Amino acid sequence: MGWTGKILRINLSTGTIATEALNMDWADKYLGQRGLASKYLVEEVDPRADPLGPDNKMIMATGPLTGTCASTGGRYSIITKGPLTGAIACSNSGGYFGAELKFAGWDMVIFEGQSPKPVYVTIFDGDVQIRDASGYWGKTVWDTDKGIKAAHQDPQIRVAAIGVAGENEILYACVVNDLHRAAGRSGVGAVMGSKNLKAVAVRGTGGVKVRDFKTFMDATNAGKKVLKENAVTGEGLPAYGTQVLMNVINETGALPTRNGQDVQFESANDISAEAMATPRRSDGKPNLLTNQACFGCTIACGRISKIDETHFTIQNKPEYWHASGGLEYEAAWALGSATGINDLEALTYVNFICNEQAIDPISFGATVGAAMELYETGVIDDAVTGGIKLNFGSAEALVACVEATGKAEGFGKELGLGSKRLTEKYGKPELSMTVKGQEFPAYDPRGIQGMGLTYATSNRGACHLRSYTVSSEILGIPEKTDPLTTDGKAGLVKAFQDATAAVDSSGLCVFTTFAWTLEDIAPQVDAACEGNWTVDKMLEAGERIWNMERMFNNNAGFTAEDDNLPKRLLKDAAKTGPAKGLVAGLDKMLPEYYELRGWTPDGVPTSETVARLAL
Amino acid sequence: MQKALTIDPGKCTGCKQCEMACSYVNEGEFNVSKSRIRVFDFHEEARFVPYTCTQCDEAWCQQACPVNAITTNEMGVKVVHDNLCVGCKVCTIACPFGTVNYNASTGKVIKCDLCGGDPACAAACPTDAITFQDVEQGGFDKMRQWAARTTAGTEPSGPNAPA
Amino acid sequence: MYHVILGAGPAGVTAAETIRKHAPDAEITLIGGEGEPPYSRMAIPYLLEGKIGEDGTHLRQEDGHYETLGIAYRHGPVISVDTGARSVTCADGSTLGFDTLLIATGATPIRPPIEGLDSPGVHTCWTLEDARRITEHAQKGEPVVLVGAGFIGCIILESLAKMGVDLTVVERGDRMVPRMLDETAGNMLRHWCEGQDVRVITEAEVDAIRSGDRAALAVHLKDGQTLPAALVVIATGVRSNIGFLDGSGIETGAGVKVDPYHETNVPGIYAAGDVAEGINLSTGHNDMLAIQPVAVEHAYIAALNMCGIATEHRGSLNMNVLDTLGLISSSFGTWEGVEGGDRAVLTDEAAGRYIRLEFEGDRLIGAQTVGLTDHVGMLRGLIQTGLPLGAWKNKLIDSPTRIAEAYVAVMQQGPVSGYTGPKVALPA
Ligand SMILES: Cc1cc2nc3c(=O)[nH]c(=O)nc-3n(C[C@H](O)[C@H](O)[C@H](O)COP(=O)(O)OP(=O)(O)OC[C@H]3O[C@@H](n4cnc5c(N)ncnc54)[C@H](O)[C@@H]3O)c2cc1C
Ligand code: SF4
Ligand code: SF4
Ligand code: SF4
Repeated sequence: MGWTGKILRINLSTGTIATEALNMDWADKYLGQRGLASKYLVEEVDPRADPLGPDNKMIMATGPLTGTCASTGGRYSIITKGPLTGAIACSNSGGYFGAELKFAGWDMVIFEGQSPKPVYVTIFDGDVQIRDASGYWGKTVWDTDKGIKAAHQDPQIRVAAIGVAGENEILYACVVNDLHRAAGRSGVGAVMGSKNLKAVAVRGTGGVKVRDFKTFMDATNAGKKVLKENAVTGEGLPAYGTQVLMNVINETGALPTRNGQDVQFESANDISAEAMATPRRSDGKPNLLTNQACFGCTIACGRISKIDETHFTIQNKPEYWHASGGLEYEAAWALGSATGINDLEALTYVNFICNEQAIDPISFGATVGAAMELYETGVIDDAVTGGIKLNFGSAEALVACVEATGKAEGFGKELGLGSKRLTEKYGKPELSMTVKGQEFPAYDPRGIQGMGLTYATSNRGACHLRSYTVSSEILGIPEKTDPLTTDGKAGLVKAFQDATAAVDSSGLCVFTTFAWTLEDIAPQVDAACEGNWTVDKMLEAGERIWNMERMFNNNAGFTAEDDNLPKRLLKDAAKTGPAKGLVAGLDKMLPEYYELRGWTPDGVPTSETVARLAL
Repeated sequence: MQKALTIDPGKCTGCKQCEMACSYVNEGEFNVSKSRIRVFDFHEEARFVPYTCTQCDEAWCQQACPVNAITTNEMGVKVVHDNLCVGCKVCTIACPFGTVNYNASTGKVIKCDLCGGDPACAAACPTDAITFQDVEQGGFDKMRQWAARTTAGTEPSGPNAPA
Repeated sequence: MYHVILGAGPAGVTAAETIRKHAPDAEITLIGGEGEPPYSRMAIPYLLEGKIGEDGTHLRQEDGHYETLGIAYRHGPVISVDTGARSVTCADGSTLGFDTLLIATGATPIRPPIEGLDSPGVHTCWTLEDARRITEHAQKGEPVVLVGAGFIGCIILESLAKMGVDLTVVERGDRMVPRMLDETAGNMLRHWCEGQDVRVITEAEVDAIRSGDRAALAVHLKDGQTLPAALVVIATGVRSNIGFLDGSGIETGAGVKVDPYHETNVPGIYAAGDVAEGINLSTGHNDMLAIQPVAVEHAYIAALNMCGIATEHRGSLNMNVLDTLGLISSSFGTWEGVEGGDRAVLTDEAAGRYIRLEFEGDRLIGAQTVGLTDHVGMLRGLIQTGLPLGAWKNKLIDSPTRIAEAYVAVMQQGPVSGYTGPKVALPA
């Protein structure tokens, strides 16, 4: 058990809703969530399909531990072919939505086709309906969430929705659930928008069972103890959130700044966790009010912030005078460091809007960073930006950009293309800090070499969450490696990639791996699920998932050439900090990585590898 | 001295581990909709409030029950006896805290019974927002104290909010 | 001190136990009016359904409960009270003196002026004895006519239907439970019942009950309809048992008049339960609220005062909960609202859901629900504490289902002008 054994298939073109049994043979090989839903996607979607066309599918999937008391057991993922990259996309989200879907009795929901008109889907336990969403189209996620709860008169409904950005196929639109938790990357919200699906509303009153309750309680309790006693998950994350990294990474000389021109941001401290907790000069209150947990999470890294009511961003907008999801590290970096902006309140406001309109703050901030460089170098001007003075460091410009992008208006539409398409359009593709079309996040590979390989090989385009070698290279978890060298990083990246794929398929949050290894996780999975889930079996499943994703991408037309990094990282040495003089040494790691993976020098899994992993 | 659940909403992170522990102990599965404790989420005020029966001294539920199906045990806990409960639901409207609820699937009511003296919710709470402590006051005072403890507004209140 | 308590229903028993708790040495005698151990009328429907046996209706289950507490239980009934001599006289002629007296003799069903009301097969449903006789007559599939669809009538309806009889309900008002639910909710109940093969005839009055041809009895309605019946159950309201007080000097109206301490005009003589006109919290006036929780509240307060612990009653809230063949409804306080007040309404008949909240200023004063079971007691809490709802009032008007959130939110606002919890009264 762990799984409910049931999936929903909703065809939005025909309006049909079908129930089917979960393919348990696949579950035994791909576990759940990311792995299992990817298997369904790979089997059902042509890799060359238009991501925003009717042939693409969008799967919302829980893991076997979603809805259990395992710490962080509340996750779900959205799996689809991503429009920003054209690669397989899997975006993971917390909050309460995933657990609610499980309590409603479903392991996953597969959305097919395209609705002729805006709809939303309600899943109230076994009662599933496609409903008219014309009243919500054009509304924000927050208004939609409120509206759906009121319409169905049930405050305990959980809603995952897109904003206006997703409706208009902003290429990094995301899906936001529980107001401020996002399946954030790769444009899964644009796919949802292309299907004319505004929202999914879930209410579940059923229970989740596991294979062996007694063993499960012991295993999960042991796991919680490890999280509590670990300095990162027990103290750092609850107190400072992921923002604990801002000053650390800046000091490491790996904080990409002003579109990657620098590796250190002189104002990093102004937008750090410490700044969030310090009383503001204006009103004597700190930006951060408290921390919040997602369903089942005993870490509780989420930030709940309230913007200064007198700040220029909201002084005339009382609708924002309340608490909501605050800055996480990646968002603070993208909105602040990548753009050179040090106004914490403005960044918090922009983050609110990213949540409210469901756009990925990483890609958005990084794209604005690229646009600022285009503007400062004179490639684009006020005529293009619609009058926005797009200088590095301008909070006003960033605010104008987020409002325009959220509503897909004016220059916001161009920003919504992502930095790759935007810079290409203006003839400066080298200014795009992307891999496979997706903006890389808050770690500069010149200062943390392993992250170069991580970005280059990530199956969903540049991303830190596919193999977070920062753990090892900076924090020393599970053991310290030197961030400035490429030695041994190929193996490190592969190990992280496989383990992370397994964790992402379980229903757990990858942040647990600051403290947990698969030695902690496998017993929890095994007590919940049939199939004798050992560490080795999980690792094998992880490797299988990784290769399956890779093969999908290869079939979609990606080649070894796409396992690359922006020229700036490969040619322009870091100007300051510990990594001064270094470039990203991708060429020193990639061939070794292919070999370790059992791939040809062209990055294609060999037939032995395919056979070994039973793909 | 009796022990009671002491709830400090200021420490709650909204993780719902208590709801899961409660439903597991009482229903044999993870089913938060059947938990005796519920965490309320006041999103815009950055506040989470776990809420359950306070085992009142002069319990309304107990007094209202026509067949004496709710009794006080040696720990001061108000316990529903399933064999006696006829499902009349009078206790559910009598309890002004709304913490005894009708369960249509059994035709009886459910309420917190402190898990027989070893509350699963308190054990599961990772932040000590729910603790099981010696208390001198009766249920009413417990409730009053609980009510007065938290601030009404959006003051920093979380476990790790800056001091 | 010698305390004598008349009536062994919930009020009488609660009072006896409360006195014992606070006055370990006092002498206590509890006098019942029926030859039964103290029992709860409310449990009768569940006895009829077979959910419990007769002992399941008993107010206390442990053997020797009253002896252990030193409460003498004896049979009455009492036929008169001598306030001068401070004594009561029982039907068997015996007399008992008292220092303090509690009148908790409850109520008796009203027998409406209908021809043939005394025919065999026509019963009220009030006592254990009634229950035994109804059980005899209510055979599966037999036609049964229930006269009165008030609160008690509807409870009986549920058990008769569960007994499998062929049921017809006749109600004089325009809807079911007219004094507990409004038209919308009352009609929801009606449609629900009809969907489960219970015939509901409203705005109809019984003219006569005569012997019939299709069944033993025939119920003739004023509009000319005739309904066959093997059994007729009368539930047309109750009146207080105060007849034996005539001439005693104890002031009565519809029931026994009491002050906020539940004392009558005669010092040392108190009244509680269905027989007493206690304070209605919603109106501030004395009123008959013939429900179990109120009977117990009255008794609790009267008992404290009888022990010399001066305790004022702030008033009882009228409230009811009803399960009608699985459709659960409840009502609280001034559910019909007041002029100038605001209202929150949610109606979803298809889903069997209805919520109506009534506000005065930003306080909740009354509520009705259909199909709501989670945290319903919070409605009592909100009404009884009178806590200002502030911004939550409008949130409730937008979404009446957010009751629980509103409750927890305002409970946490703490004292506005001295916290007044929902507690009826606390021992000093
Ligand atoms: C079928 C049915 C269902 C009900 N359902 C509900 C419900 O769901 N919810 C609810 O709140 N209420 C319900 N009630 C009402 C509830 O039972 C009464 O409100 C409650 O019993 C009142 O308690 P009491 O002690 O005041 O009076 P009673 O319970 O009526 O007790 C009075 C006692 O006094 C005795 N007595 C009477 N006259 C004399 C005398 N002269 N001398 C000595 N003793 C005397 C009687 O024998 C009895 O023992 C229901 C009642 C009935 C009949
Ligand atoms: S259920 Fe309600 S009345 Fe009963 S003890 Fe708990 S809080 Fe008090
Ligand atoms: S529902 Fe059960 S416990 Fe509650 S008052 Fe009725 S019989 Fe007693
Ligand atoms: S003490 Fe036990 S029954 Fe009560 S709320 Fe906690 S877990 Fe549930």
